[in-house]
Amino acid sequence: MAELSFEPVRVEREVETISRPSLSYWQDAWIRLKANRRALISLYIVIGLLLFTVFGPFVWTVDPAAQDLDQISAPPGADRSATVVDDYAVWRGVTVDVPAGGSPPAAELLAPGAVSVHGPAETRAVRLAWDPVSGAAAYRVYRNILDPEPDGALGLPIADVLDPAQVSFEDRLDLKPLTYYYSVVAMDALGNESRAYRTVGVEVTRVITAAEAVAKGLVEDGDTLQPGDTLNLAAHPLGTDYLGRDLLARLMHGARVSLFIGIVAPFAFVILGIVYGSAAGFVGGRFDQLLMRFADFVVALPFLLFMILLRILFGVGAGESGIYPMMVAMVLLSWPGAARLVRGQILQIREEGYIGASRLLGAKTNYLVLRHMIPNTMGVILVTLTFAVPSAIFTEAFLSFIGMGVAPPTPSWGSMCNEGLKTMLTTPHELIAPAAFISITVLAFNLLGDGLRDALDARMRSAE
Amino acid sequence: MVAYTVKRLLQGVITVWFIATATFFGMHAVPGDPLAADKEVPPEIWANLQARYGLDKPVPEQYVIYLSNMLKGDFGISYTQQNREVNDIIAEHFKVSATLGILAIVFAAFGGILWGALTALYRNRAPDIVIVFLVILGISVPSFVFAALGQLGVVNINNALGFTLFPVAGWGTVQHMIVPSMVLGLGTMAFLTRLMRSSMLEIANSDFIRTARSKGLPATRVFRKHQLRNAILPVVTVLGPSIAAITTGGFVVEMVFAIPGLGRYFVQAVQQLDYTVIMGTTVFYGAFLVFMVILVDLVYGLIDPRVRLE
Amino acid sequence: MSEITEPSAAGGFDDARDATPAARLDWGALWQLLRLGLIGFGVLAVILWLLAQWNEGGAGNAVDAVTGTVTLTLSQEPPQMDSTRGTDQVSFRILGHVMEGLLRYDANNRLVGAVAERWEGTEMLWTFHLREEARWHTGEPITAHDFVFAWRKVVDPANASQYAFIMFGIENAEAINRGDMPLESLGVRAIDERTLEVRLARPLPYFGKLTAFATYNPINEAFYESRAGRYAADAEDMLYNGPFVISSWVHGASLRLEKNPNYWDAGRIKLNAIDHAYITTDTNAVLNLFKDDKVALTSLNAENLDDALQQRWRINRFADGSVYFMELNHAPDRLTSNYNLRKALQAVNDPAELVYKVIKLPGNLPGRSLFPVWLKGVNGYFRQEYPAPEQVPDEALGRRYLAQALDELGLDEPPTLVMLTGDSPSANKQSEYYQNLFKQKLGIDIKIDRQIFKQRLAKMTAGDFDIVMAGWGPDYDDPMTFGDLFASWNENNRGRYVNPALDEAVEIARSSSDARTRMEAFARVQEIIREDAVILVNYELGSVYVANPRVKGLVRRAVGTDPDYTNAWIEEA
Repeated sequence: MAELSFEPVRVEREVETISRPSLSYWQDAWIRLKANRRALISLYIVIGLLLFTVFGPFVWTVDPAAQDLDQISAPPGADRSATVVDDYAVWRGVTVDVPAGGSPPAAELLAPGAVSVHGPAETRAVRLAWDPVSGAAAYRVYRNILDPEPDGALGLPIADVLDPAQVSFEDRLDLKPLTYYYSVVAMDALGNESRAYRTVGVEVTRVITAAEAVAKGLVEDGDTLQPGDTLNLAAHPLGTDYLGRDLLARLMHGARVSLFIGIVAPFAFVILGIVYGSAAGFVGGRFDQLLMRFADFVVALPFLLFMILLRILFGVGAGESGIYPMMVAMVLLSWPGAARLVRGQILQIREEGYIGASRLLGAKTNYLVLRHMIPNTMGVILVTLTFAVPSAIFTEAFLSFIGMGVAPPTPSWGSMCNEGLKTMLTTPHELIAPAAFISITVLAFNLLGDGLRDALDARMRSAE
Repeated sequence: MVAYTVKRLLQGVITVWFIATATFFGMHAVPGDPLAADKEVPPEIWANLQARYGLDKPVPEQYVIYLSNMLKGDFGISYTQQNREVNDIIAEHFKVSATLGILAIVFAAFGGILWGALTALYRNRAPDIVIVFLVILGISVPSFVFAALGQLGVVNINNALGFTLFPVAGWGTVQHMIVPSMVLGLGTMAFLTRLMRSSMLEIANSDFIRTARSKGLPATRVFRKHQLRNAILPVVTVLGPSIAAITTGGFVVEMVFAIPGLGRYFVQAVQQLDYTVIMGTTVFYGAFLVFMVILVDLVYGLIDPRVRLE
Repeated sequence: MSEITEPSAAGGFDDARDATPAARLDWGALWQLLRLGLIGFGVLAVILWLLAQWNEGGAGNAVDAVTGTVTLTLSQEPPQMDSTRGTDQVSFRILGHVMEGLLRYDANNRLVGAVAERWEGTEMLWTFHLREEARWHTGEPITAHDFVFAWRKVVDPANASQYAFIMFGIENAEAINRGDMPLESLGVRAIDERTLEVRLARPLPYFGKLTAFATYNPINEAFYESRAGRYAADAEDMLYNGPFVISSWVHGASLRLEKNPNYWDAGRIKLNAIDHAYITTDTNAVLNLFKDDKVALTSLNAENLDDALQQRWRINRFADGSVYFMELNHAPDRLTSNYNLRKALQAVNDPAELVYKVIKLPGNLPGRSLFPVWLKGVNGYFRQEYPAPEQVPDEALGRRYLAQALDELGLDEPPTLVMLTGDSPSANKQSEYYQNLFKQKLGIDIKIDRQIFKQRLAKMTAGDFDIVMAGWGPDYDDPMTFGDLFASWNENNRGRYVNPALDEAVEIARSSSDARTRMEAFARVQEIIREDAVILVNYELGSVYVANPRVKGLVRRAVGTDPDYTNAWIEEA
């Protein structure tokens, strides 16, 4: 080989200089977390949720317990204009003299000659009167939001007028600013309906009296309002619930309960589970056996029964928010799952080569557990933790529902979901709003958990 | 192995006895009376009732009587289903709950392992992101919503098809079982998916995988024999308690789909303070759970050579 | 190793950045997973097949004209089919189809003969003449002894029947139930096989109506003894004498009734079978089954009314019969024992707003009186003869009463009251509504004490409340079923209200057999309850339902078997 083929290797001193300061475990983790875009966004979402919870009520100052019975289950962006009217006056109705005599069977009864609306049709009342049907023993009034034609679907039987002399009816049932179709049917003495009916279409307008407007704080002075004026009812950006309460305000206040329960309780029982599980797994033997049998025992206890007992033990009185006892009970009864999981991991890790190596190098038990075992179970722990968040939120909802959680009118996301589910088809916003918040929270915690897992995973350090 | 199993079973019996004792005194400490009804009855009728059910005796005496009956295999007669023995209730309804639970857990386990492994393979790429998103949706929506939505979906599908593809509710045929078990298994499946994913990722970085690869094993073999098998371990750990939880936790699904399972008796019994049914179901489920845990530990020893059963 | 594949993939697929080398391994691993999935699917299919062999069941469509079958749901398994011990609606509903007492209500709610073909009653002595053709489903005749045996069983202290009180109008019944007299001293006697004589302890003008109540059903003694404590535990553990028999009873799952060929009036019964194929309390599940044409009847609630309208169903309604109210605690140590405080609460109570805005279900009536509108009076309806004024809220009046109450109680500001409620959705809604109402109008803070069933009962019995959301359902068709509720001796008077004037009125209604005297006494009770604000009446419960249009002759009622399919038939399509 020619001499020129070779060149002596130059000694490069730079390679051995330290270009970066050595990073501690936590610094390194933080750098890696920051590099993970999804985890970072999640972190901001979590911070945003906390801000929403803490400062939201100062920005949106609506009372979450205030009931706006004029706007029950109103979806976001619903029309909220109302016409000002005079105070409500009792209506005596219309009566006629009914000639005495037997009532023919229902099949022979005719439809009322005409059905008319007395006075304006308003959300507070629609007043109907009809021509008497000869021989009718009673009348039934139907109401529909759809045209009964062509198949004669009369809709809701809103009233039975049992006195044949009474040929009028005042409807006040849950009227909305819509077009309604009222039908009147005559009935015989046995309560059978005639097939003939008479329908009238009525367009209902939303009304409010000056006194109500003042009471609701819509205007300062009722005297400035004249009948016929229109004004807007209170605004509800996310709509209202089944009692006309503002959903946004309820979500903000509900977040306090749900996030508190949903974050603190899982952390508490997962930490308890880690300590318990790693102790059992690391020590092993009889101690492990005893600890795990106790865990089995706790798992098998009927949750609801012991929940009731713990409340009694804590002396939670009527109407008191049982949030702390509830949390303690959840922690006391929920840790075994996490403990079992951690123990299983520890048992596995205990046999790994690096543990043996570390032990040979003279590592103490504390060091082994804290530096090697627990960081290596982090993945499983974080998964458990992120799953515990929604399950804690819903346990709280279930317990509140049966009267063992927060006392009404305090809202929580879970209980709002419970309520919203019932009206899922007609007013979906009552379910979607709280469910979306729960999903966002869970999503944020999951992605953050993922990011943390990667960041905290000691083995990933080499990848940098 | 045999000695270990026997020892574990004996320990299990003691655990169950503890459960029975705690539950017995616990339920008697709860205010209320299993015989109370909406309408109050005159004191003399009340006294007759208490005597008929032996509730007039002091609680410790009732405990001794109950325990001795239990040892004879007699769990007593229900307070709410007044002509039925608790033994019959458990026998008739547990098989339904077990059917539902087994199906749900099989569904959840296979689904979880499959999706979990898939997300780990496609880490941070589209399939992973989509599945993780669905999983999060799966856990952040409670089971009662899924049950209601599932049933509504079935109604709409049937109406659109013009015939009954899946029954809306009820129990008995294979078609009856599919939708409820899927709804019931959804939460567990989501959990197992996440568990499997994280476990897969951890294993992928471990030394023995590197060793296996570097000694030139085929990648598929490494994947199956080393990574998959080891990653399934934590999944198996939670499977035992999950089976018990899922068979007892079927309350909502049983209610919505009108399924005659034991889950609803378990929950209603506490609400109705039906002493004998609370005891019967708790002891039965406790024993079931303990047995499942033992079974999982035994299986664990079989599939993980590193874990020794003393 | 025979082959070496993808050496470069080591550690690769964990890292998203080097996608190319990982891609090839993905396929191998994917294939493994696919295999796993296929195995899973196979295992699932086998397990499904095996499990299906283990369970059995299945039901037909809502209405089957060919077999004459109607399919329905039950809200729960009948807890107690032994008529001497049953107390609940579901058991009574089934009993109403498979059993018959001396008298029954017909399709138009008139009292007609059932096992008895005629009967005569004086003030203290009633005689029933049984039909010769009345048979048990086995073909054996029903005798007067069957009634004597069953009625003695009801009052037998050892049987511990909770409804024994409904027989306390019969001579010596109360003393026997207390254990003070022998069973044989009960004032009921079989004069011969087909004549039953009943001696009463006090005049009961409505005793005939009582005999239509399930607790008064007959039981065959020999059969009862032969079941050795298992009477009515299963389908074959009962003797039936009604229009139907229980042909199969799968506990917790289904209960099927079939026509009883030995029923004395079998010609009247058109349906061949009633299949209660589903047992669930979930109202949405029932609605979905109805939509899928699997059941013939569903009730509606305020939340799904709009859905029902969109479906263009024929919606119907009936009065459930119950009255709901807020019971106030009258114990001397409770603030609510103060008359003016109660009146203040009453003055701002707005039942119309509750019904129209909060409950939102047609059929419910804003409460005016403890006595619901459907009760019969002297000639017509009680409430038409003795009207109760509408409860119109008056905030100013309420504040005046409150000021006086605070003065009397020595309080500076409005008190805090505990409101005990159940855990049902409607109880939640209503208690939150009232919490807000009393706070807004009177400044009174309400602590809602939500309790699950038995704990609520325990608290009610112990008087551990200021206000309790309560309701009362009728047992029989006479104002007395409501009238004596707040008599000082009534255990159901949970607020422990004591008023000699009310007691006296109840006593008059109890001992008189003159309709007008009795109704006037009830009118006095109605007035005292309103005037003294004993309770705050909220609403009369109504029910809205949809039935399959092909089933005709369905009867819904407040008192007695409901829903009643004994008169129903299926219209040809």
